[in-house]
Amino acid sequence: MIGAMLSEAWMAMGANRLRTVLTMLGMVIGVGAVILMLAVGQGAQQQVQASIASMGSNLFIILSGSTTSGGARMGGGAAPTLTLADAQAIEELPAVVAVAPSSPGTAQLVYGPNNWSTQIIGSLPSFLTVRDWKLSAGAPFTDSDVRSATRVALLGQTVTKNLFGEEDPVGKTIRIKNSPYVVLGVLAAKGQSLDGRDQDDTVLVPVTTAQRKLFGTQFAGTVRFIMAQAESDEVMPKVEKSINELLRQRHRIHEGADNDFSVRNLTAMANTAAETAQVMSLMLGAIASISLLVGGIGIMNIMLVSVTERTREIGIRMAIGARGRDILLQFLLEAIIISVIGCLIGVILGVGGAYAANKAGGMAVLVTMASIVTAFAVAATVGIFFGWYPARKASLLRPIDALRFQ
Amino acid sequence: MPETYQMDSNPVIRIERLYKEYVTDAGPVPVLKDVAVTVMPGEFIAIMGPSGSGKSTFMNILGCLDVATSGSYLLNGRDVNKQSGDELAHLRNQVIGFVFQGFNLLPRASLEDNVALPLIYSGIPRGERTARANEMLEKVGLGSYRHSRPNQISGGQQQRVAIARALVNRPKLILADEPTGNLDTHTSEEIMALFTELNQRDGITIVLVTHESDIAAHARRLVRLSDGRVVYDGLVEHAAPQHLETTT
Ligand SMILES: Nc1ncnc2c1ncn2[C@@H]1O[C@H](COP(=O)(O)OP(=O)(O)O)[C@@H](O)[C@H]1O
Ligand SMILES: [Mg+2]
Repeated sequence: MIGAMLSEAWMAMGANRLRTVLTMLGMVIGVGAVILMLAVGQGAQQQVQASIASMGSNLFIILSGSTTSGGARMGGGAAPTLTLADAQAIEELPAVVAVAPSSPGTAQLVYGPNNWSTQIIGSLPSFLTVRDWKLSAGAPFTDSDVRSATRVALLGQTVTKNLFGEEDPVGKTIRIKNSPYVVLGVLAAKGQSLDGRDQDDTVLVPVTTAQRKLFGTQFAGTVRFIMAQAESDEVMPKVEKSINELLRQRHRIHEGADNDFSVRNLTAMANTAAETAQVMSLMLGAIASISLLVGGIGIMNIMLVSVTERTREIGIRMAIGARGRDILLQFLLEAIIISVIGCLIGVILGVGGAYAANKAGGMAVLVTMASIVTAFAVAATVGIFFGWYPARKASLLRPIDALRFQ
Repeated sequence: MPETYQMDSNPVIRIERLYKEYVTDAGPVPVLKDVAVTVMPGEFIAIMGPSGSGKSTFMNILGCLDVATSGSYLLNGRDVNKQSGDELAHLRNQVIGFVFQGFNLLPRASLEDNVALPLIYSGIPRGERTARANEMLEKVGLGSYRHSRPNQISGGQQQRVAIARALVNRPKLILADEPTGNLDTHTSEEIMALFTELNQRDGITIVLVTHESDIAAHARRLVRLSDGRVVYDGLVEHAAPQHLETTT
């Protein structure tokens, strides 16, 4: 019975191909848009989450320069105000597990015929702890390297690839600003940061080496920023407060005067970014769902026209024994077939579109089975929902009225 | 009731005090007034009457396509007025075969599919549907056209297909409302020969509406309607000439 109905529905759809295709198009666009938008949204979300995971947990960054409530206002040209001693003092605060004072700069690296310009961060071995950064080869530098400011370096993946290609860099000597540095190890891949920078395009050297031999400092022992890790998420507000108090005291800032540093809760900022990405993802999905709804209404429209046009056919069927429910099923099946086939094509186009956005546009996309299943379920529901009314209308016709219809 | 039929068998149709009025904008219009007709198994009845006398209205009620305003209708011993919509559909599917003036075939379906259509609604499996549809097409002489569409064959052939469709579920009763109304004389005779054969060889009860006395002559009994009333009910050969008058 259902087999016969299916082939009849198929025949009816084939009889008016253009209309069937146009009806399907609404579904195709709706489902395609939902899949594509979900892929883009979830891709962005996944990227944010990966960045957060690569950042390290329960993290503060303390920057030189003051902030006002409006945002960052770096002291233009002013000397860095944070020192290695500040970092040490912060480390002694309760609930602080690791601190990494850092001096960044940019320099040209040379190895053999290759050269590469990149960011160089001078810091302590604790930098790796704070950022939860593993080595993929070699070993980190030590406190003794820091004490004697040795010329050693850890290379990020991007730097390694550009200077060494396939060659193993561990133990090799590169030149930075014409001085030789021994590569102790290679940093594991981190990927993009939240603001979209390549975190692997970096070199880590002892902070003392950076200060004394690489960039020099106007004021001995100052650093641009300090990273600090708290022991847990819960203590973060308390730690933020105590860092503020400690630094105001150490920098002798009078009551009411602005800080000459700023403490930022990176973890909180990351969470905000994650929430933003999630909201964006939901909104994209919601907007795309509207087109799915419009597609559904299109189906209802066409089915209503189809019922009217085929009233006589309905009458003939009833005259030879079709029950109301047979007619209902017939039209419902047509609506469902149209939406399911439209959905299939929509999924293919949506996934293809997501792939193209990734390959051509470099957009982060993520197509999940869940989003495909959801799109399918929604399409079938839309088909049933919007097919129901016209189908029911057809099934309630009286045979004689349907037969008399001109 | 003609005396040629045994009184002890049960009637296929038993209609009493049947009234039908159409509700129009101008108020109710009475169309059938106190009609009573009983049809025994194996009868071949022609219904005649001037245009607008209520023949189609009567046939539609007989065929369970429409319902009377009042009166009783027993089809095969069952009170039609007490049947649900699904039960009426079942009666139309199993007991009655309806043949229309305008053929009423599905234009997009092949002849085979058209004839097999009632079997879908009886839940017959595909293989058997096809076999029975082809058997019926053979019976009406159109076996070689099974894959054609209705618009590829003549009117007479289309009416044969419609008859094959009416027969495919082996009904007790064939109802035909002016089945030859759209056909030329020669083709009409062929269709009537088919009806006569179905009646005489297969014992199928036939009620047929016609305007033409030549067509009515194929039947044994004549029921003449005039202005919604039965004005003659008896053997065709006993009918007065005015009751056999050809109308338009
Ligand atoms: N659906 C309808 N609504 C209102 N009046 C109708 C309808 N169908 C038929 N009639 C009227 O009922 C009368 C009988 O019609 P019908 O049964 O078709 O007659 P016949 O088939 O004998 O020509 C006519 O006057 C016709 O106008
Ligand atoms: Mg008529």
